[in-house]
Amino acid sequence: MASLVIADHDNNHLKPGVANAITAAQKIGGDIHVLIAGSDCRAAATAAAAIAGVAKVLVADATHYAGGVPENLAPLIVGLAKNYSHLLAPSSASGKNVMPRVAALLDVAQISDIMSVESPDTFVRPIFAGNAFATVQSSDAIKVISVRSTGFDAAATTGGNATIEDISAMADTGLARVTGQDLTKSDRPELAAAKRIVSGGRGLGDGDKYRAILEPLADKLNAALGASRAAVDAGFVPNDYQVGQTGKIVAPELYIAVGISGAIQHLAGMKDSKVIVAINKDPDAPIFQVADYGLVGDLFTLVPELTRAL
Amino acid sequence: MKILVAVKRVVDYNVKVRVKADQTGIDIANVKMSMNPFDEIAVEEALKLREAGIATEVIAVSIGVPQCQETLRTALAMGADRAILVETAAEVQPLGVAKLLKAICDKEAPQLVILGKQAIDDDSNQTGQMLAALLGWSQATFASKVSVAGGEATVIREIDGGLETVAVKLPAIITADLRLNTPRYATLPNIMKAKKKPLDTFTPDALGVDIAPRLTTLKVVEPPKRKGGVMVPDVAALVDKLKNEAKVI
Repeated sequence: MASLVIADHDNNHLKPGVANAITAAQKIGGDIHVLIAGSDCRAAATAAAAIAGVAKVLVADATHYAGGVPENLAPLIVGLAKNYSHLLAPSSASGKNVMPRVAALLDVAQISDIMSVESPDTFVRPIFAGNAFATVQSSDAIKVISVRSTGFDAAATTGGNATIEDISAMADTGLARVTGQDLTKSDRPELAAAKRIVSGGRGLGDGDKYRAILEPLADKLNAALGASRAAVDAGFVPNDYQVGQTGKIVAPELYIAVGISGAIQHLAGMKDSKVIVAINKDPDAPIFQVADYGLVGDLFTLVPELTRAL
Repeated sequence: MKILVAVKRVVDYNVKVRVKADQTGIDIANVKMSMNPFDEIAVEEALKLREAGIATEVIAVSIGVPQCQETLRTALAMGADRAILVETAAEVQPLGVAKLLKAICDKEAPQLVILGKQAIDDDSNQTGQMLAALLGWSQATFASKVSVAGGEATVIREIDGGLETVAVKLPAIITADLRLNTPRYATLPNIMKAKKKPLDTFTPDALGVDIAPRLTTLKVVEPPKRKGGVMVPDVAALVDKLKNEAKVI
């Protein structure tokens, strides 16, 4: 039994979630290898080799692996699959993109978004926006899995001493190419891995007020900024801020929900947070049902007051 | 060119689902069912491409029980030209769905298949990618903008750090994210017209597809409930709780 973890990275750094997927692989048992496929990605491979518990890092370096194009990545992973009982990736945008393609090429099911490992073939995963947890058993010879990061602690990113092995790249399929990226630039912690998150909803009114009210609080707390779907749809903030069933799933130590009513689709993305604070003018807002501490009132007064008090 | 759109009948997004007492699944008796919201977005995008003169025909496909005809009639009322139901009472998992859709694609030869990025019941987020793999086509998932020209689709995708633009060769698979468009409502005259549009039915057997599930659901349980919180009267009390009780600041 051995696992291959397909790492999500930007050629220089591993994305949050990889270390959690490695913990999931540890719970399954057996040797753990990591695949770094990218372009000029030696630095990411070195980072993967340093993660505790990793035995080997496979590196496929070619320009057509830049951007993680699934049409090129999936055949590479399928070529390696015969050596492994489990293929895992974080449930990130790139993991979700490539892993089902791998599973179908192998003629196996994918087990999406696992939150715990019951045995090497049995896993728990959320369904219906996290309103139910299903325990599922796979009958396939190779288990293709995407890992929900909040279900597993991150493996230590130091202390490992894995060997790094270059593997040959496969041909460019020529089916797809990345022609541009528009990434949100921020000095704040990454939303998916942040210990503290300040999140805003429609109650903030517009993008200017979102920034004016929430940024000082996030600065004080060294927190990431998040948002409800309503705030993203209304254009207050970019799409990558969205927390929820179909956005990012987060479980920080502290989640402060400001002007968010708490639709089930939003709660699905944050209700595993350790401590939830809700600030909302509507005392009947559903967000208060999951909040540890609720404060009813005008967010435009309360949030600046909170920022000053910290 | 033809566009195929896959639509799934799911528990309506407003319904708070209940787990069955015997832990075998979700209770869907007498629960409102609707088209998966992401699939409505997929239908809308296909219609827009037809209205822009890029597509000539939009075919809606659904898989499941006979009541999926209602979901298909909704797609027809929105404006799809015809519909196909692959009828089965069996549980069909994403790999099986992808295989059935591939069989339909082999018959219909569409240049584009648009699906929702995930269904809000099983939350798998797999079918589009699997279909692309089985067909050997390109895939543009989590689309927030689509343009088609010169044998290529250029798609802006929602990714973790922001947005990414990919150019994919046709034929291609596109999966719709939330902000791709706002689906239209079916008007009453169009609902009436939809009743007369063609709807063909096949079975998985007739298509020669094995849909045997690969995953067995051993049990379904409710998630642990968060213990009830407290309301605090003011900011000072909140700061005190966060510092001294929760110890998170």
